[in-house]
Amino acid sequence: MIQADLTIILPEILLSLYAMAALLFGVYTGKDKVAPLLTWTTAGAFVLVAAWIGLNGEGTNVAFGGMFHDDAFARFAKVTILLSAAAVLLMSQDYMERRGLLRFEYPVLVTLSVVGMMVMVSAGDLMALYMGLELQSLALYVIASLRRDSLKSTEAGLKYFILGALSSGLLLYGASLVYGFAGTTLFSGIIAAAGEGQMSLGLLFGLVFVMSGLAFKVSAVPFHMWTPDVYEGSPTPVTAFFATAPKMAAMALFARVLHDAFGGATADWQQILALLSVLSMFLGAIAAIGQRNIKRLMAFSSIAHMGYALMGLAAGTVFGVQAMLVYMAIYVTMNIGTFAFILSMEKDGQPVTDIAALNMYAKREPGRALAMLILLFSLAGVPPLVGFFGKFYVLRAAYDAGLAWLAIAGVIASVIGAFYYLRIVYFMYFGDEGEELDGGKSPVLWVMLMASAGAMLFGVVNLFGIEGAAAAAAATLVN
Amino acid sequence: MDNLLSIVTFIPALAALILIVFLRGDEEAANRNAKWLALIATSVTFLVSLFILFQFDPANTGFQFVEERTWIMGLTYKMGVDGISILFVMLTTFMMPLVIAASWDVNTRVKEYMVAFLLLETLMLGVFMALDLVLFYLFFEAGLIPMFLIIGIWGGKARIYASFKFFLYTFLGSVLMLVAMVAMYSDAGTTDIPSLMRHTFGSESFSILGVHVVGGLQTLLFLAFFASFAVKMPMWPVHTWLPDAHVQAPTAGSVVLAAILLKMGGYGFLRFSLPMFPVGSEVMTPLVLWMSAIAIVYTSLVALVQEDMKKLIAYSSVAHMGYVTMGIFAANQQGIDGAIFQMISHGFISGALFLCVGVIYDRMHTRDIDAYGGLVNRMPAYALIFMFFTMANVGLPGTSGFVGEFLTLVGIFQVNTWVALVACSGVILSAAYALWLYRRVVLGDLIKESLRTISDMTRREKAIFAPLVVMTLLLGVYPALVTDIIGPSVEALIAEYDLARAEGTTLRMLAQN
Repeated sequence: MIQADLTIILPEILLSLYAMAALLFGVYTGKDKVAPLLTWTTAGAFVLVAAWIGLNGEGTNVAFGGMFHDDAFARFAKVTILLSAAAVLLMSQDYMERRGLLRFEYPVLVTLSVVGMMVMVSAGDLMALYMGLELQSLALYVIASLRRDSLKSTEAGLKYFILGALSSGLLLYGASLVYGFAGTTLFSGIIAAAGEGQMSLGLLFGLVFVMSGLAFKVSAVPFHMWTPDVYEGSPTPVTAFFATAPKMAAMALFARVLHDAFGGATADWQQILALLSVLSMFLGAIAAIGQRNIKRLMAFSSIAHMGYALMGLAAGTVFGVQAMLVYMAIYVTMNIGTFAFILSMEKDGQPVTDIAALNMYAKREPGRALAMLILLFSLAGVPPLVGFFGKFYVLRAAYDAGLAWLAIAGVIASVIGAFYYLRIVYFMYFGDEGEELDGGKSPVLWVMLMASAGAMLFGVVNLFGIEGAAAAAAATLVN
Repeated sequence: MDNLLSIVTFIPALAALILIVFLRGDEEAANRNAKWLALIATSVTFLVSLFILFQFDPANTGFQFVEERTWIMGLTYKMGVDGISILFVMLTTFMMPLVIAASWDVNTRVKEYMVAFLLLETLMLGVFMALDLVLFYLFFEAGLIPMFLIIGIWGGKARIYASFKFFLYTFLGSVLMLVAMVAMYSDAGTTDIPSLMRHTFGSESFSILGVHVVGGLQTLLFLAFFASFAVKMPMWPVHTWLPDAHVQAPTAGSVVLAAILLKMGGYGFLRFSLPMFPVGSEVMTPLVLWMSAIAIVYTSLVALVQEDMKKLIAYSSVAHMGYVTMGIFAANQQGIDGAIFQMISHGFISGALFLCVGVIYDRMHTRDIDAYGGLVNRMPAYALIFMFFTMANVGLPGTSGFVGEFLTLVGIFQVNTWVALVACSGVILSAAYALWLYRRVVLGDLIKESLRTISDMTRREKAIFAPLVVMTLLLGVYPALVTDIIGPSVEALIAEYDLARAEGTTLRMLAQN
């Protein structure tokens, strides 16, 4: 029995063991000198585990009496998380090394937070959920303040920690209410207690608090306040990490809780999600207009994108979950490319984040500018780029679920949001002659940028087949 | 040749790809290669598209040359042409080589310029051939990206404002159409355009938030599509992006915008609004007709007081598009025939007029009407060609401009005499502003010092105008060239439309009793 359980969570165990081994290796050998090596091996390990999970996993396996689920949904999320984390690690290596930021703890912490995310998306119990969430968050708090001698970075870490602790508190409070009124922490038990129309008031309160905690993690409005500051303050590679894997994990966890534990009470949480979604889309679109700092701008952009993903989730249907998964996979791919571009923005070796510095970038670096152009239009959701299909998916899900007003609000927000993406295009292509940025040096960043832009352009053919995987994943989650 | 349409559509995109990947450097030779490659690619596209025209069977009112492949999300990659779309395809492939030839003097970022125009051609052709709702939307919207860049990079002084206004204005119009498409997909379970034409969307009236919607779902869908096509067309009062975009765009950009992009709106009405939402169309027809009539008179009056030549022609375009919408919603044979004819002919005429402005702009770098006068003394050939197209724009019998205007007026007269009366005054007004423009720019004595050394048109410029003159005359004296091709398809469209309207009326009568 225990052997079967352990087999199911073998990937998580192996990654944890790897993290510890890497830590010991780092401490006992060259300390920060081995950091580049560790970064590469960690990224390699992520890719291997992703391939293992993606290619070998099949069926739905439950471990530890229902606390841990290994199903198609979890596998979809895990593969996305692992691959994006690997990509971000590779991108950060050169940037951090040149600024003396590359400590050997960094890949170790990233590994631990990835393990946390993998537990999160597989959680079948409120306890497992909280364990995964905290493992992930604690590692993230530390890497947010990785640049210890920078005021902004430490501020970012502290803000993230305090607000994160608050949200964990909300979540725990909600979980305790749910436990009190349902009598169990297992999702399978909660869903029995929380059927449509028979949900007790206490359970409803618990649901609202749990959702608030999770909304904080996906940075949905009105729980988004930490996002711009943390994005701006953290070192750029860390920001890139925040914008990708943890978002996917939190969104998947959101779907998991709502469907596995509260799947019978769709009507109760649908309105909350719809509200979160519409607020996020509009705030993300409007607040980003005034931003000059590209990292803050991307923070608001990610808030808006979370709004769209939540729109899919708000549908409360199989198709809605599928739409959300496709949307998130596309979002993560776009953000990897965008951050690869932001990481390569530097002048005299110093990172630049002001978008006005991109003046006439297209004249000097036509290839990179074109790739960024594709990514920006994809972020704005303009066809034929893949970002459009993500939007189309969630719009369909929302409309089919009777949320036509949400779909209309979403497209209007996307027009407002298009403005600030266009403004970056404006600086790159129409701007005045200004001071030049350095030509990018890192080949890794170039590859990531081009791969991401290429994916956005050529994905129009068949979306690289993620549709089928997402459909299978959604089908196992919703029943 | 099973996939002739795809071949035609993607030749320009292929050429653009070759330019991006293989052409390096910014020196003279690279620029020349880019121009030649673009010219050859667009010419080949035109020649290949002639096969479509020759093999097309006008008597067959269904879609021809259909290709179909499965795509993502239950959508299909489906292309095809019928009598309504084929001439727009031909118009596009015909105009593009001229547009490229007209840009021969561009010398900043030539490679990107050609790439933008080549991609734009692919996307425009896709719009007219797509037989899948989402595929149509894809091409329709994607065209904004190259046009945004064309205005923004190679435009005039206020190009930034114009490009943003163009993009956001049209984007806002189209996203509502996207929601409507989602609703149609949900309702009919398919995005296949021929199937959607056969599908009957609900037309029972209902109330939303206390507002009574006559025609129900059909009216809402119609309005959502209308938001997109009316902006694209552009119809009064959502035309304000057009003068800005036209004035700021480079000459070639203006030509593409006027000759082809504006036609997408009219094409959309014919492809979607009338056949798919007949009841909704019927409910909204009076509104559309009066909007068209106001557009014709109002924008003609506005054109009278313009001081910028391009702006004047832009407003005249809006007025001429008024005839098109009027003809379409007259919904009879003359009206729709006339609307399509007017769109094709306006493609040649307005394209030529913008090229005329481009000729003197290239020499004097100003578009102010006041800066010119008496050009006939130095530029006789130019004066002749400009006069020809001015007359065509006015609608002189013998030119294609006359046929379109006349047919739409005949069509509308049978439906709504008052609208016809108002619209007729537009004919006089268009003569007023066009002739007055000609008088101020070309006639009179050459008194401006700066114009003393202006030279007449070069051989390249004359060569660009020649095909346009031929087409305008040919269609003017022998309009059957167009009406024979579109006639049967239009007839079928009207028959379907009348039938669906009658059914809708019966249903409503039944519901009332």
